[in-house]
Amino acid sequence: MEKQLQLNSRKNKLKFSVTVTLKKDVLDPQGKVVKNTLINLGMNNLKSIRQGKYFEIEIDANDESKAEESIDKMCKKLLANLIIEDYTVKKIS
Amino acid sequence: MNSSVIVFPGSNCDRDIAVALEKVQFKNKMVWHKDTELPKSDLIVIPGGFSYGDYLRSGAIAGKSTIISEVIKAANKGCLILGICNGFQILTETGLLKGVLLRNKNLRFINKNVNIKVINNNSKFLKNYKKDQILEMNIAHNEGNYFTSSDHLKELNDKNLIAFKYCRSDGDVNSISNPNGSIENIAGIFNSNKNILGMMPHPERMIDNLISNTDGINLFTSLIK
Repeated sequence: MEKQLQLNSRKNKLKFSVTVTLKKDVLDPQGKVVKNTLINLGMNNLKSIRQGKYFEIEIDANDESKAEESIDKMCKKLLANLIIEDYTVKKIS
Repeated sequence: MNSSVIVFPGSNCDRDIAVALEKVQFKNKMVWHKDTELPKSDLIVIPGGFSYGDYLRSGAIAGKSTIISEVIKAANKGCLILGICNGFQILTETGLLKGVLLRNKNLRFINKNVNIKVINNNSKFLKNYKKDQILEMNIAHNEGNYFTSSDHLKELNDKNLIAFKYCRSDGDVNSISNPNGSIENIAGIFNSNKNILGMMPHPERMIDNLISNTDGINLFTSLIK
C-alpha cells in the first residue's frame, strides 16, 4: 500500500521548463543594451543576446504527452504572446 | 447614455476617465474586474494604469480577467469600447484589437505632452474632430511601441483604421516626432467595425484649461448623443 502511494506521488508530478523569447524579427532593446554592456566589459567574442523569460512548471499528471499538451495550452493562452514571442518546452523531471 | 469604466488592481486613470465622462453627461458606473456582469452600457472604457503590476506582459493578466469575457461579448455585439494606454495594451492582449505594444524603443518610461494628428475622424469616437487636426496630448507609458504584422498594417491603411499618428506641431509625421518607435507613428487604431478604439495618449487628461488644455474633450462629446 505504502509503496503504491509512493509510486503514485512520484508518477503524479512532472516538471517542465518553458522559455519565452522574442521572435527573431522583433527588436529586443533590452537584449541589445545587455550586449553592449558586456562588450564594454571586455567580452569581445560576444555575438548576440536575446533576453527572454523562464518558467518552471509542475504538473499533476501521469501521462507525459498529456502533460506536455497542457503546458502547450498554457503557453498559447497566457505565457507567450505569439505575435511577438516564441516558446520552447523542456521536461526537467 | 450609460458608460462603464473597468477597474483593475493597479488601474490609476479610472477616476480621471469618470470625471471626463460625467463632464459630458454620461451616467457612469465603475465596474470591478471580478464582477461577472456588466451594467447596461453604451460605452465601456478600459482605463490606463498598471493593471496587475504589469506582471508577465503589460495587460496580459487583465486580458484574461473575469469581466473581460463580458467586455468581449459586448464588443462583439457592437458596444463601443475605448481603451486608453494600459487599456489599449489590454485590448491587444484580448485580441479585440490586433497587434501588440512593445517596450519603448529608447527603453525609457516616457511622460510628456506630444502632438498627434487625427487620421480618420469618420467614426463615433472622433466625429467632433476634423480630419488632420493636430492635438496636444499627454503620453505616459513604458510599452507604447505599436507593432503589428505587415498584413494587418496593410489592412489598417487600406481600410482607414488608423485613428491617430504622432506628429510634429506643424503636422509632419516623421521619425523625430515618433516618441516610442511605433510602426508608422501609430498612436491609436480602430478595429474593422470601428466600435473599438485603442490609443496610447490620454484624452482624459486634456479636458480642462485649468490643468492642461481641452484637446481631449471632443472625444467624449463625440460619444454622447
